[in-house]
Amino acid sequence: MAVILHEEFKVERNDYSNAGKISSRVKDFLKQIGVNPKTLRRIAVACYEAEINLVIHSDGGMVYMDVMDDGSIQLTFEDVGPGIPDLEKALTPGFSTASNEARNLGFGAGMGLPNIKRVSDGFDITSSPEGTTLKLSFTDRNE
Amino acid sequence: MLAKDIVQAIQAEPLSIWNNNLLNKDYSMAFASDLMSDALAMIQNYPESTILITGLCNSQVLRTAEMLDIEMIIFVRGKKLPEESLEIAAEMGFNIFTTEYTMYETCGILFGKGLGGIRGSHTS
Repeated sequence: MAVILHEEFKVERNDYSNAGKISSRVKDFLKQIGVNPKTLRRIAVACYEAEINLVIHSDGGMVYMDVMDDGSIQLTFEDVGPGIPDLEKALTPGFSTASNEARNLGFGAGMGLPNIKRVSDGFDITSSPEGTTLKLSFTDRNE
Repeated sequence: MLAKDIVQAIQAEPLSIWNNNLLNKDYSMAFASDLMSDALAMIQNYPESTILITGLCNSQVLRTAEMLDIEMIIFVRGKKLPEESLEIAAEMGFNIFTTEYTMYETCGILFGKGLGGIRGSHTS
């Protein structure tokens, strides 16, 4: 599989005022290349939740979007720490370590990672104190 | 339920109108929450005919609606978006209203008039 379109975006720690802008741009890119609306919505939801996670939990990081020659879409979220101490707990619906500031934005309900996993076709996460990498893949299909 | 009938039923005031024609649009469902993750989890099917009712009043509500392709947002308890968020709203393409009713009252009135919930729509 070869990459036919690549975009990357920087996420700053605690940059609440810009939270969601990257997901908006990812959605616009994929809309322009004709991704099916329901697939696009799944991608937008996953991207937005993951972007919010980077803003509220990480020390900053990057978002990479790759469109592959078979039409699939891959999103990678890489941050520079501090890592997720217990991944199993983080994937449990309702479990949250979010700050009050994040909760004031309407997040921190402990549904982020479970939501992302549910709407993605491929989900892989690794985490250490040096950083977390979340890799998501989506198959564009007529849902 | 027609958007204009929804607005009338809860005596809502417009905050930002992107498309007046949508006031004649028929919406079949509503979802109410202050948690945007809940909205992102639950509103998966038919977002174009679902309205979002919330007491959370910030730009993340607009981002959530944008990701889900929701057109109509109602803020409860008379809450109003700050001016800069309203400018973003106009660019994104939403019809936004505010009502003095509480979340409970707003939902009760609209449910009583036949505007249903989205129960089960996320599992299909």
